[in-house]
Amino acid sequence: MIIQNKELKKNITGYLFIAPNLIGFMVLTFIPVLFSLVVSFTEWNLFTGTENIRFVGLKNYLYMFSDVWFIDSLKNNLMYTVVTISLALSISLFIAIILNDKVYGRNIIRAMFFMPYISNIVAISAIWLALYNPNYGPLNQFLMSIGIDNPPQWLASSKWALPAIMIMSIWGGLGYNVVVYLAGLKGIPKELYEAADIDGANSWHKLRHVTIPMLSPTIFFLLITGIISSFQVFGQINIMTQGGPARATTVIAYYIYLSGFRYYKMGYAAAMAWFLFIGIFIVTLIQWRGQKKWVNYI
Amino acid sequence: MIKNDVYRNKFLNRHPKKIISKSIVTIIMFIAGIMMLLPFIWMLSTSFKIQADVYKFPIEWIPKRWNFNNYKEVWLNQNPPFYVYYLNSIKITIICVVGELLTSSLAGYGFARLDFKGRDKIFLLYLGTMMIPFQVLMVPRFMLFRWLGIYNTHWALILPGLFTTLGVFLLRQFFMTIPFELSESAKIDGASELRTYWQIILPLAKPALASLAILSFVWRWNDYEGPLIFLTNRKLYTIPLGLTNFIDEMGGQQDTLIMAASVSALLPILIVFFIGQNYFIEGITAGSIKG
Repeated sequence: MIIQNKELKKNITGYLFIAPNLIGFMVLTFIPVLFSLVVSFTEWNLFTGTENIRFVGLKNYLYMFSDVWFIDSLKNNLMYTVVTISLALSISLFIAIILNDKVYGRNIIRAMFFMPYISNIVAISAIWLALYNPNYGPLNQFLMSIGIDNPPQWLASSKWALPAIMIMSIWGGLGYNVVVYLAGLKGIPKELYEAADIDGANSWHKLRHVTIPMLSPTIFFLLITGIISSFQVFGQINIMTQGGPARATTVIAYYIYLSGFRYYKMGYAAAMAWFLFIGIFIVTLIQWRGQKKWVNYI
Repeated sequence: MIKNDVYRNKFLNRHPKKIISKSIVTIIMFIAGIMMLLPFIWMLSTSFKIQADVYKFPIEWIPKRWNFNNYKEVWLNQNPPFYVYYLNSIKITIICVVGELLTSSLAGYGFARLDFKGRDKIFLLYLGTMMIPFQVLMVPRFMLFRWLGIYNTHWALILPGLFTTLGVFLLRQFFMTIPFELSESAKIDGASELRTYWQIILPLAKPALASLAILSFVWRWNDYEGPLIFLTNRKLYTIPLGLTNFIDEMGGQQDTLIMAASVSALLPILIVFFIGQNYFIEGITAGSIKG
């Protein structure tokens, strides 16, 4: 009897501690997630009220693949993900290796690279909107001054708008990658490099056979978080291009927002959000499986 | 032989040649860092210009004609003036940071240091939802907030900020590293669980709390999507949304005002970052090292 009471008291104490967060979590996250799954099988215009909600089965999910906006969003997003992640991960690795032990005042330089990451996306978009101005923006004036007579029209051109967004995003995310890499580099034992020195390894060998294998868990982490966040890119698109010109920069998160909160197609927006979630989940799962082949946990 | 080589390496590091090459690399990386900052420097200098000088080329990095009026214009003469957005952002950020620290540390303590039925299953549920993108939550939360009558109020931003799974996760990881003997000896001395949490564990967790506080400050201060969806009343706007207002209204014509507003928006976050840089970096790298 006493033991049971003790057990009960333990359980009550435990639940009391997690209760404030758990209640919020249930009401604001867990139940809404389930609810959005239900909504994704319905057709529901926000302003027609709850009476007019109609179950349509898989219609929303099937419709996506004949919707040019959705298809373009998916294509652009894939392009955006592949280019920004591969460039940002490699450039920042290079920077991090240099900052790790080859400079004085490492933390100051690190902070300079990091600044875009902590700045809010609206301010950053405002700055780059001005920089990218095709007629008199500083960037094109500079390009013309070094002899490029027809510089890109950047955000005004359907060919250059997505690259322009990508350049800005790489610039913005570089510092985060550098910081995480530096934390990973700190964990590599110096002896490994000394041993490599003794074996007569040059810098390339050391990078290829010591640094990269030892850093593979960090690279893996950045790859996964990078892909997840690149499929949610939204702010710069909504502020700078609204998906244009001619759908050249529309991405998934932007089209979900557009469908739900501009066209009020809640069911369709929820279905696309679930598609996004499942996609992220599958990508993560595949990488999780694949990591065993190349990630090197000590 | 090996010892000799190690010694030589150490010696080489102090060699003048090494110092020179390290200095050169430092200068190159410093220049690269400045290049990274050029957009910000452009913003700062534009915010002190008159519109006619903004797009002059070569760029006047230091304005020839100074104009301090932009800030006055932005802060006082707009409708609503910028300080309204500031006050909204400060209010929401502070409530969220304090509330999040409280709920996450309580829950983190529960998950890390208390034993109760179903604990691991619930924690797994938490972990499982961490990957869910905000887009999935947008529609149902929008409906929930309308139903609760808090759509278009600050509560719609504050409530989600109080209960984050990432905060629970970060603090749980830290609480796990504090020796369990401490709790046991406190219990022998007759301290209640709440007292142990408040007087023994929390003070030891200050670095982790500081990391979470500064991370959460940056998230709330910069949040753009939440206010965009849940607020329509301009007087309730936070800084990022207020700034979009400026861009929409003055785009292309009054860059000086937009840049003055941008500088105003970025300043607090930069100050917070430079004060707590190490805690911040501790926070964002905490998840990565564990793999």
